[in-house]
Amino acid sequence: MAKAATKTNASAMSSSAERRSALAGRSVSATGVRLEVMPPAERISLRAPEASVAALSKALGVTLPTKPKTSATKAGRTALWLGPDEWLVIDEAGKDPLADCAKVTALHSAVGISHRNVAFCVTGPAAAAAINGGCPQDLSLEVFPVGAASRTILGKSEIVLLRSAADAFRVECWRSFSDYVFTLLSEAASDAAA
Amino acid sequence: MLLIRCPYCEEERPELEFRNAGEAHIARSTNMAGESDDDFEKFFFIRSNPKGVIYERWRHMHGCARFFNAVRDTVTDKFFMTYKAGEPKPAKLPGVAK
Repeated sequence: MAKAATKTNASAMSSSAERRSALAGRSVSATGVRLEVMPPAERISLRAPEASVAALSKALGVTLPTKPKTSATKAGRTALWLGPDEWLVIDEAGKDPLADCAKVTALHSAVGISHRNVAFCVTGPAAAAAINGGCPQDLSLEVFPVGAASRTILGKSEIVLLRSAADAFRVECWRSFSDYVFTLLSEAASDAAA
Repeated sequence: MLLIRCPYCEEERPELEFRNAGEAHIARSTNMAGESDDDFEKFFFIRSNPKGVIYERWRHMHGCARFFNAVRDTVTDKFFMTYKAGEPKPAKLPGVAK
């Protein structure tokens, strides 16, 4: 009897340790905009002085951009310029950028933040209008071209915004803000459609 | 909405991304323990609070996260210029007579 009870507990425990992504699988469609939650990805927050950029770029396999508001993508890995010595590296190919940085002896700080962020994909001709529902930046193609990336604000929450195509954006926010960001973007999407 | 030029992002960004961080160019004493109470009070509490041109520290909080300096008119809220942290007070301001 006692043995059976232990067994039940063990199986209950293993199921409670299961990883559950925030808002997984949710999506909203409005005229001209589609909002989707993106699958989990590997992410690191990278800080490094100018002298280490070349070595880190080589180890990561993607050249770290040094121009403001730019990004670089290669083989499923994207490096986004956040500040003069700060990058967000997102890997969607299932490889671990943290392990790649660990081999670099040049001065740097790489922190794994894969589970800290949740990403949304906003696509469609009214995508920019939907994001502008909460983000004050100029998102016209001339000022925010394809590949442009920036840390900015969406309503009350900080986000990292990447334009992956003329009518597609990736919105990264902190997991605990994801419910707010998703709701705000859904409302903005239906407003943008109107 | 005000547009503020961030010297690190090299472009104008909406004010919601920024946070004011008080008066700029206030030098901290290298011998804090040796400061008299009057000098410490001046350093710590007393600010110029001018009506007109003020030199301030700002932070691009929700952007590149860097501190920088800005010259602003406290009456009109017009930003004359911004420059990187650590750079000296500009001798001449663009668009200001004198």
